[in-house]
Amino acid sequence: MSQWERFVDTFLNRAVLAQYAPDILKGVWVTIELSLMIVVIGTFLGTVLALIRAYEIRILTGFIVVFADVFRALPPLVLILIIFFGLPNAGIFLSSFLVLFLVLMLILAAFSEEIIWAGITSVDRGQWEASRSTGLGFSQSLIWVVLPQAMRLAIPPLTNRAIAITKMTALGTVIGVPDILNQATTAQSFSGNASPLMLAAMAYVLLFLPLVIMSRWLEHKFAWRKA
Amino acid sequence: MRGTTCNLDYDLPTLELRGLHKSFGQLDVLRGIDLKVAQSELVFVVGPSGSGKSTMLRCCNRLEEPSAGEVLLEGVSIAGARVDLNTVRQRIGMVFQAFNLYPHLSARKNVTLALRKVQGLRKKNADEIALAALDRVGLSDKADSYPSELSGGQQQRVAIARALALEPQVMLFDEPTSALDPELVGDVLEVMRDMKSAGITMLVVSHEMNFARDAADRIIFMDQGKIVEQGPPKEIFEAPRNERTRVFLSRVMGS
Amino acid sequence: MEKIIEQFFNIEIMVAAWPTILKGLGVTTLICIAVIPMGLAGGLLAALGSGARRRLVRWPTIAFVDFFRSIPPLVLLIFVYAGLPFTGFRLSPFSAVVIAFFLNNSAYYGEIFRAGIVSVGFGQTEAARSTGLSYAQTLLYVVLPQAVRNVLPDLLSNTIEVIKLTSLASVVSLAEILYSAEMARSVTYNASPLVLAAGVYLVFLWPMVRLVSRFGRVLGHD
Repeated sequence: MSQWERFVDTFLNRAVLAQYAPDILKGVWVTIELSLMIVVIGTFLGTVLALIRAYEIRILTGFIVVFADVFRALPPLVLILIIFFGLPNAGIFLSSFLVLFLVLMLILAAFSEEIIWAGITSVDRGQWEASRSTGLGFSQSLIWVVLPQAMRLAIPPLTNRAIAITKMTALGTVIGVPDILNQATTAQSFSGNASPLMLAAMAYVLLFLPLVIMSRWLEHKFAWRKA
Repeated sequence: MRGTTCNLDYDLPTLELRGLHKSFGQLDVLRGIDLKVAQSELVFVVGPSGSGKSTMLRCCNRLEEPSAGEVLLEGVSIAGARVDLNTVRQRIGMVFQAFNLYPHLSARKNVTLALRKVQGLRKKNADEIALAALDRVGLSDKADSYPSELSGGQQQRVAIARALALEPQVMLFDEPTSALDPELVGDVLEVMRDMKSAGITMLVVSHEMNFARDAADRIIFMDQGKIVEQGPPKEIFEAPRNERTRVFLSRVMGS
Repeated sequence: MEKIIEQFFNIEIMVAAWPTILKGLGVTTLICIAVIPMGLAGGLLAALGSGARRRLVRWPTIAFVDFFRSIPPLVLLIFVYAGLPFTGFRLSPFSAVVIAFFLNNSAYYGEIFRAGIVSVGFGQTEAARSTGLSYAQTLLYVVLPQAVRNVLPDLLSNTIEVIKLTSLASVVSLAEILYSAEMARSVTYNASPLVLAAGVYLVFLWPMVRLVSRFGRVLGHD
């Protein structure tokens, strides 16, 4: 067999792919499901936390800062393992899917909070002064005048961060979540062939490359706004 | 067009400052300001930078909190526990040097925001009022434009409309034309002249001396946190009593 | 409550696990020493390549960068470690980690350097070239110093991510911090070693994370 034929047989084996593609597809749905949940709930929570921080209540700000720092400083895999293995022995039983979701969601919330808070503090003070001068209360000014402008600033970094974190769904493999990677490694050990892995890699690229290109376009668009 | 008002009533001033003091840490910016602005009066405040003009203006709607002294709107203090600051602020209009229009909202929405959120007006009512205000400043055809699509002068006029729509008792202007290109200044001053004719009470901090000469009822010269001299334009421009006033005016007028 | 303390904060077990975890810290440090400079170098090349004038250089570089930003690091690692042997290459866990991380990090550092170079502005290059400096000299003495200074917070931020990424090496059985902690956990059925490992990460990374927030450049690149 020539080099190329060997390569195809190892990584692009029709028979193996046909057999295991359905499983990988199942993994794709799981990955998509997880990613959507993480992004929607994580950014929402992060926004709420950033808004709370705007009220400058010392003790709440303290908690939020500690939360944001810890969840940004710890490697996701460490958190996942601590929660997955530790909770059952403490009497709480959560599915691997739920653990993965919780950890990644909280991590995205932490990053979102920092990004949106940076956006809020970047909004020109004059905007606050103008809206307050027309009688709008603090909360109203925050929500209708400041937050929209903060979000505009926050979108490029938020998109990048969301993509980075949803890629971490692959870590679910380690605790048995049936995501793309898990299906692929299982298929690989059963078939003794690397094609499932190749398919998995391609599936991830197909899923995330459009997002990466979109975020590249977003940054370009928002860079013009600033100038 | 002589715009000066007759019959100014100082017994019931629209706006009054009593013994106003303001310090930022060690720095005393306002050292005792006593001022009465009568209804429909246009009071013009001039002075070198650092004299405290802007700070005084900003104390009038509590963007800065006075360190001592009182601000009274139609005889009632705007500070104090019983006072709802947001309601009071609706009766005091403020126009900023940097316009501070909301970039994410159209001109119309800039004006209706407070009408809808604070006064609770329905969209239709708020829109009507907004369009009327924009019309007064000559920009009803730009109602759906965004600030980034408007010139500086247009933006400032929208800012004026935004404040006017709330029908305040007094309008405060903090160097309204200082950030504008010279050819755009005229449009804004035109609007201010119209407001004077309509009888709106105005307290203006500005360098536009010609406008002051034409339209102001009273000119106040401030220096180092105090009112040094005040009087009708004729008096101040032609025969200032105080040396410092004289020096400042000669510098500014360039003669 | 007691159960939680017993399960997560068991001091005895932590003390027993400490030596192994300390050794793991050594391995983690080794990985970082290998991976970070390589990633920075690769990133610099990628940044220069993605800004090249010749399309033949620019497009493949951008494709490379976007490709390696799309694929999850763990997938890449497992592909390199478990997939490559099929082609006859047998790699040690450490080598697999270094290769996979090099590819991944070059892409991310590359984007950061690119943003830095763009932020310097073409005027600087024009000025330098007008005084006779060559392309390479302009880059080395005028553009890059400014570019790096402009994106220092982002570089720091990404380096934090790289350090956290080393925990993935545990999946291919490289005996860094997490792997060591995991071993201790599976032997004791207690999560305290993992909490101890978390503590070690916090000691090094919390201050760095604080620094990034302080810089206020959170709105820059990730």
